[in-house]
Amino acid sequence: MQWDIVIGLEIHVQLATRTKIFSGSSTAYGAEPNTQANAVDLAMPGTLPVPNEQAFRYAVMFGLAVNAEIERRSVFERKNYFYPDLPKGYQTTQLERPIVGPGYVDIDLASGDTKRVRIHHAHLEEDAGKSLHEDFHGMTGIDLNRAGTPLIEVVTEPDMANADEAVACARKLHGIVTSLGICDGDMSQGSMRFDVNISLKPKGSETLGTRTETKNLNSFRFMEQAIAHEVERQMDILEEGGTIVQETRLYNGDRDESRSMRTKEEANDYRYFPCPDLLPVEIDDAFIDEARNSLPELPDARKTRFKEQYGLNDYDAGLLASDSKLAAFFEATAERGKDAKLASNWVQGEFSARLNAEEKSVADSPISGAQLGDLVVRIADNTISSAGAKKVFEALWSGENDNVDAIIDAKGLKQVSDTGELEKMVDEVLASMPDQVAQYQQESDPKKQKKMLGGFMGPLMKASKGQGNPKLFNEILVKKLGG
Amino acid sequence: MHDKSVAELARELESGKISSVELTRQFLGHLKQEDEQLNSFITITEDQALADAHAADEQRAAGKATPWTGVPFAHKDIFCTNGVATTCGSKMLANFVPPYDATVTENFRKAGAVCLGKTNMDEFAMGSSTESSHFGATTNPWGLGKGEKRVPGGSSGGSAAAVAARLVPAATATDTGGSIRQPSALCGVTGLKPTYGRVSRYGMIAFASSLDQGGTMARTAEDNALMLNVMAGFDPRDSTSLDRPVPDYTATLDEPLKGLRIGLPREYFAGDLNGAVEEEVRSAIREYEKLGATVKEVSLPHANLAIAAYYVIAPAEASANLSRFDGARYGYRCADPKDLLDMYTRTRAEGFGAEVKRRILVGTYALSAGYFDAYYLKAQKVRRLIQQDFIDAFREVDVLMSPTTPSPAFKQGEKSDDPVTMYLEDVFTVAINLAGIPAMSVPAGFVDGLPVGLQIIGDYFSEARLLNAAHQFQQVTDWHQREPQ
Amino acid sequence: MTISREDIEKVAVLARIRVDEAQVSALEKDLGNILDLVDQLSAADTDAVEPMAHPLNAVQRLRPDEVTETNQREAFQAIAPATENGLYLVPRVIE
Repeated sequence: MQWDIVIGLEIHVQLATRTKIFSGSSTAYGAEPNTQANAVDLAMPGTLPVPNEQAFRYAVMFGLAVNAEIERRSVFERKNYFYPDLPKGYQTTQLERPIVGPGYVDIDLASGDTKRVRIHHAHLEEDAGKSLHEDFHGMTGIDLNRAGTPLIEVVTEPDMANADEAVACARKLHGIVTSLGICDGDMSQGSMRFDVNISLKPKGSETLGTRTETKNLNSFRFMEQAIAHEVERQMDILEEGGTIVQETRLYNGDRDESRSMRTKEEANDYRYFPCPDLLPVEIDDAFIDEARNSLPELPDARKTRFKEQYGLNDYDAGLLASDSKLAAFFEATAERGKDAKLASNWVQGEFSARLNAEEKSVADSPISGAQLGDLVVRIADNTISSAGAKKVFEALWSGENDNVDAIIDAKGLKQVSDTGELEKMVDEVLASMPDQVAQYQQESDPKKQKKMLGGFMGPLMKASKGQGNPKLFNEILVKKLGG
Repeated sequence: MHDKSVAELARELESGKISSVELTRQFLGHLKQEDEQLNSFITITEDQALADAHAADEQRAAGKATPWTGVPFAHKDIFCTNGVATTCGSKMLANFVPPYDATVTENFRKAGAVCLGKTNMDEFAMGSSTESSHFGATTNPWGLGKGEKRVPGGSSGGSAAAVAARLVPAATATDTGGSIRQPSALCGVTGLKPTYGRVSRYGMIAFASSLDQGGTMARTAEDNALMLNVMAGFDPRDSTSLDRPVPDYTATLDEPLKGLRIGLPREYFAGDLNGAVEEEVRSAIREYEKLGATVKEVSLPHANLAIAAYYVIAPAEASANLSRFDGARYGYRCADPKDLLDMYTRTRAEGFGAEVKRRILVGTYALSAGYFDAYYLKAQKVRRLIQQDFIDAFREVDVLMSPTTPSPAFKQGEKSDDPVTMYLEDVFTVAINLAGIPAMSVPAGFVDGLPVGLQIIGDYFSEARLLNAAHQFQQVTDWHQREPQ
Repeated sequence: MTISREDIEKVAVLARIRVDEAQVSALEKDLGNILDLVDQLSAADTDAVEPMAHPLNAVQRLRPDEVTETNQREAFQAIAPATENGLYLVPRVIE
């Protein structure tokens, strides 16, 4: 049987405010346990919430960035359940009147097409603390520093039909929130947490199947794997005539496994009701206009600009524009390096590969865009070969030296580009290889001739101790052999 | 000295006839002796009080006295007091010593008042008799003369009994459905529940957030005004406190009442109202006519639904507000929990008393799937109808007057086995909390030697007018000066 | 309106309050009586009425995003039932 895959996303975005959503406690990451949990965060008796204006500003900015309606009068509700990381015994969230109404994002597909994914809504809520299950004599340790950190939960419509689309949508939203500067986007630290809702239905059917929710996807790669895994699991069940159980599943990326999570509240009856400690929040035009005016350049606009300003193709522009930090890095590289296409290749190639290999984000990069730009300059003006360039990159990355030209000098990577000197070497090598020269000259197929040129390159590089400019060698060879 | 009002004590201190330390010693001595019978205090803070009195004397010597500097009073044990046990009348918080002050507590500290301790109350302010306290029931001083143990009302029964018995001239209190007015009436003292949002709720342990309001209790209306001057005002820590100017509530006490339009809600002079109580209240209203007020009958058509709406909304809010008492971070934790669920369920079963548990369960039920619309949402709609009744009434009259309670103080144990009978004690008071308007209870006579309260209800933010009306009444009557034997 | 034993057991679980057999019977009666009292609500005509969550017709004030709190862990944990290394300790969740 053929199946249609139906995927929706729920994304928790930790807002990069200085303080919590309902208290003046700091949200700085990495503090000692419970040193940023104060009376309100600990739900001490008699304490009351006072909402953070910046959280609303950030939520409105997000809403504007996804072309959504902003709810002028939003309301907070209490979602009741008991868990030790939830001090009040309820989470303050928004159900009936979320701050961000329906909107959409357009995602680029590998085929070159774009697809619109609808945003159902996004609401403001408070994060929970953390439970540490390490050994405390069989007890669980609770750190409430994170309790009360503002979140927006973004809920998409089930508009995605495969893992590629889901990941593209996730990347798109990641690019939007980081470009807006409302979230640091660090998935490994939980700043952005993606849950994937997946269901299958017989191809062409109108009726949605039973969905599952997969959690704990702390990288895009895991997200892709988890979707593939879950689709396969559901398909196996359905094809054997089984039924899907609506449940939450926890994905383990290292083992590529998932398991059903026991629900926190067996009966799952959250008893939502309007929080009587908070009044309705009214957002007026001035607030929205101010947020709109403070919007930075977003990935879509940036992509268009990259195409125009740097002459990049659609794919390269889209990729570099998607992440604000990568985009800024690229722009620094291109500004210094002049050759934008070369800058784009190095940022997407060596640089990104290295970040991935070391699981680093752009912010953690040991080299700056300007440094990479200096390297691009030296590649473009033929001072170094691409092989030499990789050695320079290595030295920059390892911190051996931070100056490109100094590294070139120290490592003797400068190419010989003096044509007189190079011609002399070519003459000597050709003279030592008469058979090959004759073969070349008898060959009528230019393609084969081109291939045969490679045979001279090795001895030439050897003669120049690796410092001859290969491009110039090539030109001289063609001229001498052809003449 | 313990017979004197706050205003009088302030004058004594100002004149230098007595120091705050001497005054505080006298009050503490009297309190420790008399409270053995009443059990109106949960905690007496003798050392702290004397230290505060000493500081107050220094403040006065430095010429920085306020009307409260050095004056003794007490807090209901629902207001958090930094470094002093704050129990809310519950086993759950029997060992709870908050490292922070409620805003109300802080305001009295800043004014230089001397807190003698924390008064008894129904557990988590849920009750009308102060019998559900983990620390034992409080006894109404008015029955004792006849050898009867009667309830002081609740939930602020400790504050009311302490003020009536002259243990303190004034005490803070809170009112969610009548918890200031009903005990004031039953103990023959004057109490005011302000407009919702007038007094900060920060650090006041929540029962039902949209109904709870801190307020005042003293023997005279003037002292209530002095208290409200300290308590009222905007608090950035309470999102529901209102940012509007606070008048000097003593400034308008002496205004004549000529032309005051009084409305008598027909529905509040009906039902199970005790005939003798009604007679006392009507006689008080005749005093107002003598003072130049006009009286007319009005109607609050949805009055009969107030109890039902209240007993959905208050438990629903309470069911969430009391979830934080889970044994994890402070307060009671059951012995040897075997796992997390065991800790939660036993901590809460052992830490809460029967009435608190009943209300949590009712509230949980009213919010649960399948019942939310029929109970919670319906009650909220009825709440609006009730509010509209008051808005309509205040188009015709300036204040409403009624009995505060249907009957005088009942005997301990008489209603404690029957929650619904107990709930009906609030029949004339809960609608005021649902609407969020201010109301007072003023001593207005006696039935069988037990005090009767007159309830005066005003429009939003009309506290000054209510205090004025009560004060003028107290200039021509002496019910508020009667002392239990 | 009567409330069943099952309903009482269900809400007791939701509210995390242990109730034993004897208590369920007493609660059946007490909660039943309370629900009878509140059932008066059903008589009210509320068709065109907006629910009222709050007595005040006011809107929420928002707080500037400035850190106002300092670390008071010691004071708060001094009154905690169990702590270690700055963490609150609770029994394990048994799944």
